[in-house]
This record gives sequence, C-alpha cells and structure tokens, in this order.
Amino acid sequence: MSDVVIRADQLGKKYLIGHQSGNERYTALRDVVARNAKGLLHSARDILQGRQLVSGDEVEEFWALKDVNFEIKRGDAVGIIGRNGAGKSTLLKILSRITEPSTGRVEIRGRVASLLEVGTGFHPELTGRENIFLNGAILGMSRAEIQRKFDEIVAFSEVERFLDTPVKHYSSGMYVRLAFAVAAHLDPEILVVDEVLAVGDAEFQKKCLGKMSDVACCGRTVLFVSHSMNAIQALCSHAIFLEKGRSSEVSKAEDIISRYVGGAIVASAASPRENDGAQLYLSSGSAAYYPSDINEDANIKLELNIIARLNSKAALEIRLRDTLGSPVAFATIGGFNPNDIIFFPKGKCILKVIISAKNLARGCYFISIDITNPNFYYFDKADDFLSVAVEPLSFDGSTRCLDQSYGFGSLQLDARLEGSPDARAIV
Amino acid sequence: MSEQAGAIAMEREQAKDSEPASPAAERILILEPGRAERNYWSDLWHYRELFAILAWRDISVRYKQTVIGVAWAVIRPFLTMVVFTILFGKVAKLPSDGAAPYPVMVFAGMLPWFLFSSILSDASGSLIGNANLITKVYFPRLIIPTASAMVALTDFLINLVMLVAIMAWCGFAPSWRVVLLPAFVLLAVLASLGPALWITALNVKYRDFRYIIPFIVQFGLYVSPVGFSSAVVPEDWRFWYSLNPVVGVIDGFRWCILGGDSPLYLPGFATSLCVVAGFLWFGVRYFRATERTFADMV
Repeated sequence: MSDVVIRADQLGKKYLIGHQSGNERYTALRDVVARNAKGLLHSARDILQGRQLVSGDEVEEFWALKDVNFEIKRGDAVGIIGRNGAGKSTLLKILSRITEPSTGRVEIRGRVASLLEVGTGFHPELTGRENIFLNGAILGMSRAEIQRKFDEIVAFSEVERFLDTPVKHYSSGMYVRLAFAVAAHLDPEILVVDEVLAVGDAEFQKKCLGKMSDVACCGRTVLFVSHSMNAIQALCSHAIFLEKGRSSEVSKAEDIISRYVGGAIVASAASPRENDGAQLYLSSGSAAYYPSDINEDANIKLELNIIARLNSKAALEIRLRDTLGSPVAFATIGGFNPNDIIFFPKGKCILKVIISAKNLARGCYFISIDITNPNFYYFDKADDFLSVAVEPLSFDGSTRCLDQSYGFGSLQLDARLEGSPDARAIV
Repeated sequence: MSEQAGAIAMEREQAKDSEPASPAAERILILEPGRAERNYWSDLWHYRELFAILAWRDISVRYKQTVIGVAWAVIRPFLTMVVFTILFGKVAKLPSDGAAPYPVMVFAGMLPWFLFSSILSDASGSLIGNANLITKVYFPRLIIPTASAMVALTDFLINLVMLVAIMAWCGFAPSWRVVLLPAFVLLAVLASLGPALWITALNVKYRDFRYIIPFIVQFGLYVSPVGFSSAVVPEDWRFWYSLNPVVGVIDGFRWCILGGDSPLYLPGFATSLCVVAGFLWFGVRYFRATERTFADMV
C-alpha cells in the first residue's frame, strides 16, 4: 500500500472576474441607459445558456491555482506558506471538497476533516451545549463520538458555567474558545486547517497549538496554513510554498521558511487598485524588511505608487497590525506636523518611505496606508494593503528575540539599569 | 501472510470502533473537474446525522424569541380557513364535497397547500441562508433544502391535530381511507421538493428567483383548489387543471379525509403524479449538476 495520502496532479482552479471597462465618467442619462440595457442583454443571454453571471463588461479568467503538484505522506504535518492571494485558501477548499478543481486531479486516502473557520454553523439562538452537537455534526463527528468527548470539550473550552446560555450572549473570547474546543477534538485521518489560530487570546492560542501538535503526533496527516512562521515551525515537519497559484515541492519546513523569508528580507507587493473619483489614491506598492546591520537599525522600506488627479497636498499615515489583528504602531509624515505635508504633483508619484522597525517583535505585520488631509478627511484608505515579515537579527549578543506568538505584545521597549548606561551590577 | 491479513482486519476493526461515522476505512477519494460523485447516495446516508441535526436546528430556532411560539403554525392556516369558508362557502355559495362541512373541506385542502408552499419557500432560500456552511465545509448539499423541508413537515403535523379538532367540532368522521394519508403526505413532500430543489439551485446563481417564490406562493393559493372543491372546475378543463401538481395532491388529501364524498378524478390524478415525478427528476438532476459549483457562487 502506498504511503502517499494526498497526491495532487496538475491541479488548477480558474475563476471568472468582471471588470468595468475604461473609467470614463457618465454624464448623460442616455449613456447610463444604454449601458444598463447592454448589461441586461448580456445577463439574459448568460441565463439562457446557464452560465454564471459576472458583473462588469470585461470578463477575465483568473487562475487562483495553476499546475500545482505535490505528494503528502501519511503522518506528515505540512505547512502551506504563501502571501495573501497566493492560492492557499483555494487549495484548502479543493482538498476539503468545498469546490471542485478546474483542471487536474487529487487523490485522497482517508477521511478528511476541514477547519477553515472556527465555529462554522454556530447558531446564535442555540445554547452552548446545543451548538457543540451542531458544530460537531457539521465538522463530521457522529453523535456518539460527540457524546463521548463532550466533557472533554467542555473542560477544554472553559465555559462550563454558560453551557445552557444561548451563544449570542457569549463574549467573543468565549465563543471562539467553545468553537475551537469542538474543532480540537476532531480526529480524522487528514486534518485541513486554515488560519484559524489568528483569533483568541494568546494563552488559548498556545493551548490550541499544543492540542494540534498532539493531533500531528498520532500518525495523522495535518495540512496547516498560517502566516505565523512560528506556528508552522512548531507544528510542521514539511512545508509547501505557494506563489501566484504555483507551488513548490514539499520539503523540510526550515528550508521552505528560509526561502520564504528570502535571506531575512521579505518583500510583499500589493496588486494595483483603483479608486474612482478620488482626487488622490494609492495604486500599488511594496514593502520590505531590512534587519539591522552594523551601520543601521532595522527598518521597513515602503515604495508606494500614488496617483494624483490634481495637484494636491496630503499627509501619509501608516498603521501596523500584528497577526492577532491588534494595532501595534503608527507612523505618519505630515499627519501631526503641518510642515511635513507632502506635495503631490498631478500624475503618478512614487513615494519611498523608511520606517524604523527596531523594536518590533518577530512575526508578520499588516500595513494599512491612509492618505489624508489631516483632521478633515481621507483621500484614500487602504486597509491591510501590504504585509511584511519581521525577522530580527541581533548584534548585541541576545540569544532570543521577542516573538509575536509569545503573547507578550509586539513591541519590545528598551530597558536598562539606572545610572551609568553600562552599569550591569547593582552598586 | 495470514498474520498480516489478521493485523489489517484488526486495524479495520479499530478504525470502525473509533470512528463510527467514517465511511469504509480506506476509501480513495478522487477529485477531478466535472467528476460526478460515485458514492453520492451512500454519502448522503453517512451524513444522516447532520441532516437530523440541521432539521432539529431549524425547527428549534423557528419560533425562538416569539411570544406565542408554535401558535403561529396554527394561526395562519386557521385564519385563512375562516376567510375562505366565509368567502367561497357563504358569499360565493360554492358547493362542498358531498356531505363534508365546508370548513373541513377547506382545511383538508389547506394542509397540503401550506405544506407545499412552506417547503417551496423555505427550501428555495435555504442554500443562500446557509452560505456560511457551504463555503466552509463539505457535505452533500442536498441535505440543506431537505432538512429545511422538515420544518414545514413539523408545522404540518401540528396542523393535522388542528384538523382533527375541527372535524370533531363539526362532528365529521373520516372513512377507512384515512390510513392512506401518510402516502399522500409523502406525495406532497415530493411534489414540493422537485420545484424547490430546482429553484434553490437556480437561486444560488441568479438571485432573481428569490422574488419569484413569494409570487408563486401567492398566486398558487388561488389557482389551486384550496378554498373550493376541484369538482367546481368544468369537466372539460379538469384534465388541464391537473397539470398543476398541487391539484393531484389536494384531491388525494380530500379523497383520504373526506371519504366517499370526494371521489378521485383518476386521469387528472395520474397526470399530476406524472408532473410531480417529472419535476422531481428534473429538480434532483439540476441540483446535482450544479451542486459542485455552489461554493464559488453563493
């Protein structure tokens, strides 16, 4: 019997996306009517031919996955790494049979349970107890199985007292704990997990990681998607790197992580965006992290392409969130000090920004960018526009560095003993 | 050799023990574009517990946070019955079926009609209502509309008790044929599932159907012989009238409940059966053909 439990062969997934053609403005009612009539005609034709309705007048094929090949062996815990939009979630959806591939094939041996979200199917009107059974059944557990594990699930979730309260009265923390408790007690042969750990408090996250590594130890195959390199390093022996819908082969997690991290410099580029009607907007950009070296402290370098439809003055505001979604830091040029306001000449402007990243904990950060007229309004607001992985190197003899997954916060402050700067002993 | 076989058998045994719900221990699952699921119907059986629990969820949630709760299930058909009895029976002076009191005749037609219309409207919105499940977990999608049909069936059973009460009040006793009622209930469910499956699948792709359903339900109440006996329809039209599948179902119900006073018009009934079977076949086929793409469109 072969030891390969999942084999993907030339796997591809295609989506159709619609675009509005051109960005001409409509001035006359006649144009609007003509355009809507044309749209109606197209949809009528699509319905008659049983095709999917795609809004917009230009339809483009988009391959979320293309020519993906890999083999996963029994008992391996495999991490799937890739940037936003690399096709990770699409891959998980195909493996968990939620959607079918457009090309290629997958062979799976064994019972698959997928965990693409915690608390799938939770009903707010039902009590905690009822939701355990409901959610368990949805995840593929039998009633007998849930009954057997019920006490364990309740103990794990730490919500005994509220078991008979409708979950709509739960705090979000309790909700997530209950949801994860059910999920953690699944034991299929193959477990497919999306980035579900990015919720809940740090203490609980650690507990979940522990529970999941138990699962991986018992000869079960686990597929795990995460932005958190640490979680992947802690849980997974092997990894696959996805980029623009194409996959690397399966190899050792450390090798893949070091490739993903790309020699400690990680760049991410956002795909071009549009913002009709804005006087000033962000069209695309990229971010890269540079660890500290002898000359310079660590920093993040942003390159932003900004389109100005008119000559304008604006401030740049940069917000950083960590993988838990908590805001970590803020930086601005001109946001607080009117003297620093940036002048954008009409046309395309390229802005290069350096942000100090000296004290950031290791892990991934999401960068949101706002272009504002301070105190008045936003020209443009791009939430989670870029992401960057911070991987500090140290020169001061530290053997460890602060990591987001510790749950201690994402910012390390400088601390020293009072007195002389290099006083190392209490006088 | 035999030892090995024994070990494998034991492993199977254990696998069975630990996972009662799992299908055959080592099944190879192949995912390919356009590949029809070979063990779809057996899969459906494996997911029966999910079906039960989703039906239970829909039923228990239905009247949560309402003041009079289940009474809603009774009030709607009861008031409709009163209005129809007055309108068709007293004002328009339409004849009842033989000796059966007009309210009993109306209610006997109202029961299958409400069953039909609530299955149609609940099931057709069910896939969109459960979009969060469809995009996150796999199971045979047929479970969702059929589970939501169970809610309508519960309401139906409550109304059945109501019918018994009305019959007792009017002093009307059913004949032996009433034992065939379950068969006609099944017929009513199948008659509504056919179009419901078709429309719910279409609804995922084209939301226009969301607006068509209330119209069909409203319109159907007057087109179908709910407030009046189908014997009122002129003989020449009766066959064409039976193309409406609900006609056969309602006539069947009345034949069961009202006894000899409501004879069954056989050619019409046979036509209705054919229409029901045709719709069901078409509905299931269409549903199965589009089911794999639901997650991408919903």
